[in-house]
Amino acid sequence: MSDIRRRLTLSEMPAGEDATILAFEDGRAVKNRLASLGFTPGVRVNMTQNYGHGPLIVTVRGTRVALGRGEAAKIIVEQGSHE
Amino acid sequence: MSDCHETRTRTAPSMGFVDAGTPLIALAGQPNMGKSTLFNLLTGLNQHVGNWPGKTVERRDGHFDFCGRSFTLVDLPGTYSLTANSPEEVIAREYILREKPSVVVAVVSAANLERSLYLVSELAALAVPVVVALNMMDVAAQEGIQVDAHVLEAALGLPVVPMTASKAAGVRELLGVVEDVLTGKRVPAPHLPDVRQDHHEVLEKIEGLIAGHVPEPYPQSWAALKLLEGDAEVTRMMEAELPPVAWESVHNVLIQHDDAFLAVASGRYEWIGRMMRAAVTRPRVGQMGMTERLDRLAAHPVWGLFILAGALGLVFWLTFTVGSPIQAWLDGQLIAPLAGLAAGALAGAPFWLRGLIVDGLIGGVGSVLTFLPILVIFFAAFALLEDIGYMARAAYVMDNLMHLMGLHGKSFLPLFLGFGCNVPAVMGTRVIDSWPARLLTILIAPLVPCTARMAVVAFIAPIFFGASAMWISWGLVMLSLLALVASGALLNRVIFKGQRSAFIMEMPLYHLPNARTIGLLVWQRSVSFVKKAGTAILAMAMLVWVLSFLPNGDLNTSFLARFGQFLEPVGRWMGFDWRLMVALITSFLAKENAVATLGVLFGSSPEAGLAESLAAAFSPATGLSFLVVTMLFVPCMATVAVMKQETNSWRWPLLSVGLLLVLSVGAGAGVYHLATWLGW
Repeated sequence: MSDIRRRLTLSEMPAGEDATILAFEDGRAVKNRLASLGFTPGVRVNMTQNYGHGPLIVTVRGTRVALGRGEAAKIIVEQGSHE
Repeated sequence: MSDCHETRTRTAPSMGFVDAGTPLIALAGQPNMGKSTLFNLLTGLNQHVGNWPGKTVERRDGHFDFCGRSFTLVDLPGTYSLTANSPEEVIAREYILREKPSVVVAVVSAANLERSLYLVSELAALAVPVVVALNMMDVAAQEGIQVDAHVLEAALGLPVVPMTASKAAGVRELLGVVEDVLTGKRVPAPHLPDVRQDHHEVLEKIEGLIAGHVPEPYPQSWAALKLLEGDAEVTRMMEAELPPVAWESVHNVLIQHDDAFLAVASGRYEWIGRMMRAAVTRPRVGQMGMTERLDRLAAHPVWGLFILAGALGLVFWLTFTVGSPIQAWLDGQLIAPLAGLAAGALAGAPFWLRGLIVDGLIGGVGSVLTFLPILVIFFAAFALLEDIGYMARAAYVMDNLMHLMGLHGKSFLPLFLGFGCNVPAVMGTRVIDSWPARLLTILIAPLVPCTARMAVVAFIAPIFFGASAMWISWGLVMLSLLALVASGALLNRVIFKGQRSAFIMEMPLYHLPNARTIGLLVWQRSVSFVKKAGTAILAMAMLVWVLSFLPNGDLNTSFLARFGQFLEPVGRWMGFDWRLMVALITSFLAKENAVATLGVLFGSSPEAGLAESLAAAFSPATGLSFLVVTMLFVPCMATVAVMKQETNSWRWPLLSVGLLLVLSVGAGAGVYHLATWLGW
């Protein structure tokens, strides 16, 4: 059931898990840069590396992207993936 | 595809870079798509590196011949999109819209097609003929990805040419298709992406409101789309062009659709999704690639740092074990005999002319030349790490440390380059995407100990500290880096009010190095060092020689000596006499000059006797203080010159000079008094 899916920020996602992007809370310039790298609402991402501190690596649309923890904390996701 | 027979009969046009008669081809592409490899492959050494007018963004153009016809090739800056987020993006789209290249070649990666088509979706909307170079077919095959170029071509409505630029495969085919587009045999007719359904109406509304007011050369539908995306440049332009009432209506619509750019971006990705479903098959999904396996170590928060330290150590070890002997050899076999030859030839000339040429000119050229081997090796090691994709990992693992200064990982790359020479470090800050972060990195870059400073340390430290010299050198490097972090944190608080820019960086796939790419990178960096540093050092070397010669040909009573004596009271805080002050002043033109100046002042060559004279003249406390001051002293003249050039103002280089002057004198005085108190 989709309504028991967990909503959290991307920075809270454990490594190896999939998530679906819901929204961005960052400013327009950052959103724009994220969008051009493939981050758009509804896209499925995979948390490739997250040690709970420091930057993390997310795979989106086949590209590995490093994000600062602060940037990742402003991306709202839903754990699991829409199929 | 055309073959050469039709064009071979033409006479070859002239060879100039700017030739109005030759077709203009622009290369566009996102970073890490192999665009530079293709550019280098086509132009080789027939390329010119400069800046885009008024911008500190590198511009490369060149020319090549194909089938007896000459082409001009312009390498547009690598950008992920064409929205005005960065100067690079504005440059790329303005160039296409204003200069109207005959063909735009869009370089995309077959291994990373989904993301790389994003730029193509924007290029196609600019109403120029686009040819898609489907690069990195080999990497895609390796990763188990199959791309059907014919299907992709049909879906896009644009010519698609599969190729592998790093192996020079498919280049002739690409040029053949370009030729076909030029001659009109093929006409690209792109199927353009649409905005997401729920925004169709808004877009039409905006286009209706701005109709007739969009200035040349911007297409009207494009301007409407960019307004909806919230593009700062286009918004400013349309606000100026539209009558106030009309702008008011547009503005109101835009405010109601603040997040419309996500609809625009989603529309593009929907379009890309259709292409992907048609043309790409991935038989093996979920396999762990080489990149992921390597990143388990290279991007690990602990192991990654060890690997970085190891890589750095290896680069320095290589630089000094291979570079230093070559440097010594050049100095002994080339510069010294040349000076001797010139002295002989000028035996009849006036004394001042001989001095100016032998000591000023040849001495100056020598100091630039003998530094080149060290820098070439350093640049080559750096370019290799860059080319295989390691540098993004270095930036990633350094991100935490850089946060202390309000910077992020990307700033580490130019600072790393600074260990070779601060000049390329300042120019290398161009990779940083936000201006405050870039400026801060430029300001602290001179605190990275460059090879020239390390050469001074390598000569002076053993004189005073014998076997412990290695530990003293290590301590000096640590001190510099500590000073760098401290001043970075301070400047960030004071000038930039603690603001921080976003860290968003692609981690490219690792791949085998390409000798041509590395070779050209080393060549270009070396040439620009020689040009920038060489001319400045040469001019200053001659000026210093004149000051040390006038008014009566004796250094000890010259203007330079008088200046050193004038400054001696300041020097005494640090335990310096006037000769050490003069050495310090001349280090402004090139750090390694400190040793050469001492050689002149003590009337002995660095090889014979200078070490003994220095050991006899000064205490270890003074020696240590001199080393500390040398490490932290004001940036050399060449660095100041590029700081001025990159920041487009004298304000920042002067701030850096002032800051380091205070820092170095303060640290020198502190260390001198501490060491004296310890009885050194």
